[in-house]
Amino acid sequence: MAEAGSSSEELCDETNWVFYKYRVEWKDVTPVPQDDGPYPIVAIAYSEKFQDIYDYFRAVLKSCEKSERALQLTKDALDLNPANYTVWQYRREILKHLNKDLIPELHYVKEVIEDNPKNYQVWHHRRVIVEWLQDPSYELSFTKTVLSQDSKNYHAWQHRQWVIRTFKLFENELQYVDHLLEDDIRNNSAWNQRYFVINNTTGFKPDVVEQELAFTLEKIKKVTNNESAWNYLRGVLLHHSGGLSQVQNVRKVCEELYSSGNRSPLLLAFLVDICEENIERADGDKADSLHQAVQLCDMLANEYDTIRREYWNYIARSLTQRVNGSEEEASGSTKTDLNC
Amino acid sequence: MAANVRSFEAIKKERFKDENCPTPTSEEQMKVEESVEQLFDLFSKIVEIDLDAPTLLRLHHATFLKKSLTYLPNAYQCLDASRPWLCYWILHSLELLDETLATEDISKIVQFLGKCQCPEGGFAGGPGQFPHLAPTYAAVNALCTLGTEEAYSIIDREQLQKFLWSVRSPDGAFMMHPGGEVDIRGVYCALAVARLVNIYTDALFDNSASWIISCQTYEGGFSGSPGMEAHGGYAFCGLAALSLLGKEQLCDMKSFLRWIVNRQMRFEGGFQGRTNKLVDGCYSFWQGGAFPLLHRILMQEDGNAVSMERWLFHQEALQEYVLICCQNSSGGLVDKPTKPRDIYHTCYTLSGLSVAQHFVHGKANIVGNRNNELALIHPVYNIGLEAALNALQYFQRLHIPQRQPS
Ligand SMILES: [Zn+2]
Repeated sequence: MAEAGSSSEELCDETNWVFYKYRVEWKDVTPVPQDDGPYPIVAIAYSEKFQDIYDYFRAVLKSCEKSERALQLTKDALDLNPANYTVWQYRREILKHLNKDLIPELHYVKEVIEDNPKNYQVWHHRRVIVEWLQDPSYELSFTKTVLSQDSKNYHAWQHRQWVIRTFKLFENELQYVDHLLEDDIRNNSAWNQRYFVINNTTGFKPDVVEQELAFTLEKIKKVTNNESAWNYLRGVLLHHSGGLSQVQNVRKVCEELYSSGNRSPLLLAFLVDICEENIERADGDKADSLHQAVQLCDMLANEYDTIRREYWNYIARSLTQRVNGSEEEASGSTKTDLNC
Repeated sequence: MAANVRSFEAIKKERFKDENCPTPTSEEQMKVEESVEQLFDLFSKIVEIDLDAPTLLRLHHATFLKKSLTYLPNAYQCLDASRPWLCYWILHSLELLDETLATEDISKIVQFLGKCQCPEGGFAGGPGQFPHLAPTYAAVNALCTLGTEEAYSIIDREQLQKFLWSVRSPDGAFMMHPGGEVDIRGVYCALAVARLVNIYTDALFDNSASWIISCQTYEGGFSGSPGMEAHGGYAFCGLAALSLLGKEQLCDMKSFLRWIVNRQMRFEGGFQGRTNKLVDGCYSFWQGGAFPLLHRILMQEDGNAVSMERWLFHQEALQEYVLICCQNSSGGLVDKPTKPRDIYHTCYTLSGLSVAQHFVHGKANIVGNRNNELALIHPVYNIGLEAALNALQYFQRLHIPQRQPS
């Protein structure tokens, strides 16, 4: 119903729009034109309607008028430019001043967001209204609707995280994340949300780490070129005392993939990091690990990940110098100051 | 064929492989690669005739920009609260193209930006609007790009510092405007203007470094606010802000580096903003521009391993993406093929192109026509290198206001 109402309003808009300068109820206000100075730069070809509305907006801003009609005026102004933070800020001041019921405001900003889902100001306005209301009950379903149109919308995720954190609404979030990952295992925003939820609820305790590793390895086996899953794997391993190389199931999956002929650059990159860990551990065969790492870097630089050849060459040099440097130290030779 | 152009036959093997698991992400990715491949194929034919290709359409871009400086079509109404941005994007792009402005035009722009300055300090999105950190950053960058005495002196530094205090929160983060949103853009914009016009004090940025670090994610990049996904624009803000604080060592550089090198697309050559998202020309700067900063940091930590020839990304591939896929034939640059041109993408594709063309000390590595070479930028502020050095020198002589929070 509400939607049908607003669209018929839009139709009227085109044909029956009355400029503010012709409205009797605004006769007492003198419009204030924009003062660009004598030399307008980046002058925008405003429509007559835009100019008229903003002339009156500047007038109420100047006189500090906080009235019903001024509130309506901000709506008209935002209709033409929802990115005008001054108008939003002033609208909030009017809402406060008039002590308005905020539920209709929530519905209004919902419509504006649906038309402008990637706009900072509209999302911020919604957040302030929810803060004022101290009522998050519409937010999860609302952000879900927006994310169903674009499952990676940054603003929607930011709003959702704020609501979940502020009002402690973590309960069903992992289920939602699972559902999004079923739709698109490559949705990095969903992976990030998974990390966010766990980090703020159970934390990455040993049993959670095990469970997350198992989950992620399953996904990696299915789509080996999915960077989101590999990045999440590293994220989880940050919380494992064994690091990258000491976790049996991770090692096993990597080795199986490699010996089955898989040469995903993400797999090879992970293997480089395992070698690096072995180099840094005191007990391992440094020379052998270095040899393997350099070989992998060469494969990446020259065949499997050539776009990143500079990076892989750098990693190979860096590792080599680290090993050779520490050998020099170990053999007691005075290390010449290489940084001079 | 020019030696430093990738072989488009050879890179066909870099096309996305969906491993028999198509999802919305892979389908969109393959569609974009399709449109990019068409342009690469077309280019392969052009370069057989024109050995100088690809060519930067300097004149077309300059004409588009100069026209925009005075007149913008109705579609720009949605940027009516970003007019200092429009000035900065245009002026910086023209500067990159070595286009100069008449003295009287410079003065007109300065006066217009003066109209955007607020009595309470800082700059607004347009005359009569409230002050906001983003247009403040844009206005200061634009004025420093113009670089005249009149441009420098129009900035009310005392009031600007007062404005910065008014948007600072105790945890070291910054609101974009009083009553506005908090994200990592805020602290970068505040730091950039504070350093550039020499109103920085330690007190003003107390705790800022640790707040910025709280935005580094498990992937290695920075997010807009703690908990969010790593993102190119915010990653630049985070790294540049840490550089401006001299606190780069707080960042986990290894994971940052791994994250950012992986944002370069293996087929397209341009950068994406986030993991598993699409290539976009503006990230040529937001991601590409971080590499000179990274180089400086790594030189201190790991100097012997760092290349003294190149940045740590594929500079030629990025140049090819910008020159072959992002130029609108009637001037202006774009996000990706099939997208309309706009001033924002013109500014950041060209800024990224300049980074990809130059190594330390301006050592050039130009893809295509020699004439493609753009001016050098200062990667922390993203204004011309000379303009940045001149401004820093000018404001260094002035007294630093020592306002405290009221
Ligand atoms: Zn873009």
